[in-house]
Amino acid sequence: MTQAKFSRGLVPLSILSVVLVVGGFAMVFFYAPNEADQGFVQKIFYLHVPLAIVALIGFVAGGVYGIRFLRSGDRVHDLRSYVAIHVSLILAVGALITGSIWAKASWGHWWVWDEPTLVSFLIVFLLYACYQPLRFSIEDPERQSRYAAVFAIVGGAFVPLNFMAVRAAEAFTHPRVLGTTGGSMPGSMRLTFLVSLAGMAVLFVTLCKYELTSKHASFTLRSLKRRMAGDDDWVPVRRSAAPQL
Amino acid sequence: MSATPTRAVVAALIRKDLRLELRTRESVPAMALFSVSTFVLFHFGLDARSLEGNMAAGVFWVTLLFASVLAVNRLFVAEREEGGFDGFLLAPVDRTALFLAKATVLFCFLVALQLVAVPAFAVLLLEPSPGPGLLELVGMLLLADAGIAVVGTLVGALAVQTRAREVIVPLLALPLMIPIVIAAARGTAPLWLEAGAAAVPGRWPAILGLYDLVFGLLAYAVFDYLLDE
Repeated sequence: MTQAKFSRGLVPLSILSVVLVVGGFAMVFFYAPNEADQGFVQKIFYLHVPLAIVALIGFVAGGVYGIRFLRSGDRVHDLRSYVAIHVSLILAVGALITGSIWAKASWGHWWVWDEPTLVSFLIVFLLYACYQPLRFSIEDPERQSRYAAVFAIVGGAFVPLNFMAVRAAEAFTHPRVLGTTGGSMPGSMRLTFLVSLAGMAVLFVTLCKYELTSKHASFTLRSLKRRMAGDDDWVPVRRSAAPQL
Repeated sequence: MSATPTRAVVAALIRKDLRLELRTRESVPAMALFSVSTFVLFHFGLDARSLEGNMAAGVFWVTLLFASVLAVNRLFVAEREEGGFDGFLLAPVDRTALFLAKATVLFCFLVALQLVAVPAFAVLLLEPSPGPGLLELVGMLLLADAGIAVVGTLVGALAVQTRAREVIVPLLALPLMIPIVIAAARGTAPLWLEAGAAAVPGRWPAILGLYDLVFGLLAYAVFDYLLDE
């Protein structure tokens, strides 16, 4: 496995994500109409919902890479799983903050318990916030990868199940169907939303590729240093929760 | 591959764990005492003489969940400290037998705990008599116990090899068990209404059953990887 594998296509991807994210924001501000009920505040929707959707897909992707790691034993998949969960966790914080701002603006409270999506999101976030502490407290790198993969798989299955349970719990107050996100939106809003979603998805892939490239570069650097020192038992001073290749 | 049938291995492991518990009395008495103390704490914390409906169900299930964390913490400790893992791995037996045995043992511990905790709760805090909806209550308890046992075994096995076991178990187990609390508490609340037990909406047992099924299969599939070569 070479450096090129991770960094391939990174420049066009970066450019594409800049274009899509900037274009998406331009459409949010200049093209999409103000929503009748909530006015300008509703536009946070174009940031909040893509953040949440991409973060959830990222968590599930972490689980899929966990399965691939357990099946093949290839550490690259463990690294991919780690990076997917790491970047998703950052997006999840963004989704929670933007959701909270939206709730304050439209309902007057920073947190509302009868919004099932937001509540399930908090639960999923609490679960995945333990991913790095778990990795960090296992010293043996081989066991660390295996246990982290098991965690990623369990978490990936937990995400949809948890959404179902929370939604059922709040169904009395806020009846809603899964597919309403794009259901009743006028065309211009839907287009803006789709561009924002695509922008966020491409941004996610780009960030993951950057982190993979950076991790791989530091592994290569470390092994080169080790070879120069002529010391095979050399261990890094600072321990890390990230997988070692 | 294995000379001994898995059923015999599971039975032997369960016998071993239950005998260990009968001799040392490490888990169940601690869980029972913990839950009674927590009921007392809730009495003072909420300043309530008696509870009914949603409040009663919530207090009851949160207490049970915290008590189960105690058992999960202890579940694999003997295996790790006394070399039980090595012994098990050296034996020519199917590895998932350990998962089945441990989940069953945890399930038995939870049932034993509830034999104490339900009467204690009825005496100390519960306003309506638990008599009318007892059958439904037992059903909800067993469904929830299965879920707690499966997820608890998985989390216990994950955490026992880490340096911060006592911290990792609650941090992982509590978020994972939130769906159980949602379904069990919402399903139990109608049984404990002051006006008399009402019917339990069918979706709560259904969610518990689905949870048990999904995590049961998942844990069965991944448990192998938590045992070291």
